[in-house]
Amino acid sequence: MMLFKGQPCDNDGPVFQAPWEAQAFGMVLALHEQGLFTWDEWAQALHGAIRIAQTDGDPDLGNTYYEHWLAALESIALSKGLFSGAEISNKKKRWYAAYLHTPHGQPVELAVGDHSQK
Amino acid sequence: MTDDHDHSQPPSDLELRVKALESLLVEKGLVNPDTLNSIIDTYEHRVGPRNGAHIVAKAWSDPDFNTWLLADASAAVSSLGYIGRQGEHLQVVANTQDIHNLVVCTLCSCYPWPILGLPPVWYKSAPYRARAVSEPRAVLAEFGTLLPAHTKIQVWDSTAELRYLVLPQRPAGTEGWTELQLQQIVSRNAMIGVELVVATNTPATKSGPVSI
Repeated sequence: MMLFKGQPCDNDGPVFQAPWEAQAFGMVLALHEQGLFTWDEWAQALHGAIRIAQTDGDPDLGNTYYEHWLAALESIALSKGLFSGAEISNKKKRWYAAYLHTPHGQPVELAVGDHSQK
Repeated sequence: MTDDHDHSQPPSDLELRVKALESLLVEKGLVNPDTLNSIIDTYEHRVGPRNGAHIVAKAWSDPDFNTWLLADASAAVSSLGYIGRQGEHLQVVANTQDIHNLVVCTLCSCYPWPILGLPPVWYKSAPYRARAVSEPRAVLAEFGTLLPAHTKIQVWDSTAELRYLVLPQRPAGTEGWTELQLQQIVSRNAMIGVELVVATNTPATKSGPVSI
């Protein structure tokens, strides 16, 4: 079982506080498996994200570990040119709007061809 | 607490960022959605899935706890140390001979994850979200769950504020079992309501619930 320094874990491996944390974790494993970055590069990105958060006043007690993880994932994806910052913020807005504009009882989805589960 | 909103409550900024990344990565072909789902599935049991089995086994073993759980699930579950991190309320619905309960989130994938871990992929799928409401009996049959014709199926639609947990019927043949033995036979799917709990010859060796 691979673990990163500071990663919340128990005897059986990493533990998560919420689904999005496991999703962010899974995305990094999947991207690494695709050969899009090395673990050394990832460690640098994660270290950079933690440093920025600490500079911004995060006491970094472990409970924000996956916030740093997510920031590192965004930053490495941008630096590798996987997509642009504009694409991320546009996609975020669309998800937000999809939630607001979907009546209760209907599945929340982006337009056809735009949804991860299509 | 009731949810009278006519739309879904948007997820937190962190969740939106994760959703945005995930859809971009899939859309651009950078990750295979099946690969990603299978990796996430591997970790879904790491958010505390045995907690639900602990709660059910205790309710089967302790009548006072059972009553409390059905009356005020959030408080009863908190007494075991399991607390929703986002303050969502929990309602426990009990299966009987006459009523079988089934949980869905027609809108997205609201799910009592502090108790059941991450939702399984099928729970989040559009077909399950739609068909659990329109043809629950057929959905149950696909899970191998065949109910007597007289059993009514009650479908519960989760929201961001209110999540449901099914209290399955304790199976015959488990008289005298310890709480720990009972825990071993309570499956995640039974607590969503798509399966029944059956008594298996279980060796009571596994450890207790994951502590969180």
